[in-house]
Amino acid sequence: MVAWSEQERSIIANLFSNLDYEDVGAKALTRCLIVYPWTQRYFGGFGNLYNAEAIKMNPNIAAHGVKILHGLDRALKNMDNIKETYAELSVLHSEKLHVDPDNFKLLSDVLTIVIAAKLGTDFTPEVQATFQKFLAVVVSALGKQYQ
Amino acid sequence: MTMSLSVKNKDTVRAFWAKLSPKAADIGADALCRMLVVYPQTKTYFSHWKDLSPGSAPVMMHGAVIMQGVTDAVAKIDNLTDGLDQLSQLHAFTLRVDPANFKVLSHNLMVVMANQFPKDFSPEVHVAMDKFLALVALALSEKYR
Repeated sequence: MVAWSEQERSIIANLFSNLDYEDVGAKALTRCLIVYPWTQRYFGGFGNLYNAEAIKMNPNIAAHGVKILHGLDRALKNMDNIKETYAELSVLHSEKLHVDPDNFKLLSDVLTIVIAAKLGTDFTPEVQATFQKFLAVVVSALGKQYQ
Repeated sequence: MTMSLSVKNKDTVRAFWAKLSPKAADIGADALCRMLVVYPQTKTYFSHWKDLSPGSAPVMMHGAVIMQGVTDAVAKIDNLTDGLDQLSQLHAFTLRVDPANFKVLSHNLMVVMANQFPKDFSPEVHVAMDKFLALVALALSEKYR
């Protein structure tokens, strides 16, 4: 089990309570598909991904980005139990979606950059450290059930 | 993961670098500071500094030094391996920084770029910069073994 200080819990709670899911979710997935184009392999049925412009305007990608971001809510609500909380989603990503778990780190890095762009001076080194720790725990949990 | 830069990538990197130039030293210091806070294992390379805290003199100075190196790399973007030969020797034989850390610093540089230039650090600039920094890291690793 991961240990969280009161300060870390507060930082995470605060970040998510002020989060514009529609904006950040869409931007994060869009950016991931542009910066790491091989990740497009998982989105064959999502419509036009032909170039950056098409990806940015694709409503299916935007919607899915928001869905993924809401997936983090589970961790937010169960910070002392993240591994167990994501067991089911881990199986889903492994058995059904066949996503290479390395991709979780890519999306996590991109999300950090999108949040950095959004929060300006509020994105202090301490907030960055806490957010990256949070994402790393989720990423690890999502990779746990792969076999 | 070494994908070469297209002409468009190079133009994008040069244009964005020109934009951030006035704040280069600041950006370097911020990135270095974040790296030391977010990835504490990197502090092991700076045990000779009295003060590793954000805003401290050694961090500010060294951040500027690092950015001078990257600015140099931008100027030598058409041939990074040859252009960064001396810096590679320095990192390989004197500093002996584990090359995994180049990726860590690159990530923090881009976090600062996004943070300070949110409108300019578009996905297109991001991908060009990510490729460029990866190639700089590769050029710096050339002489390691």
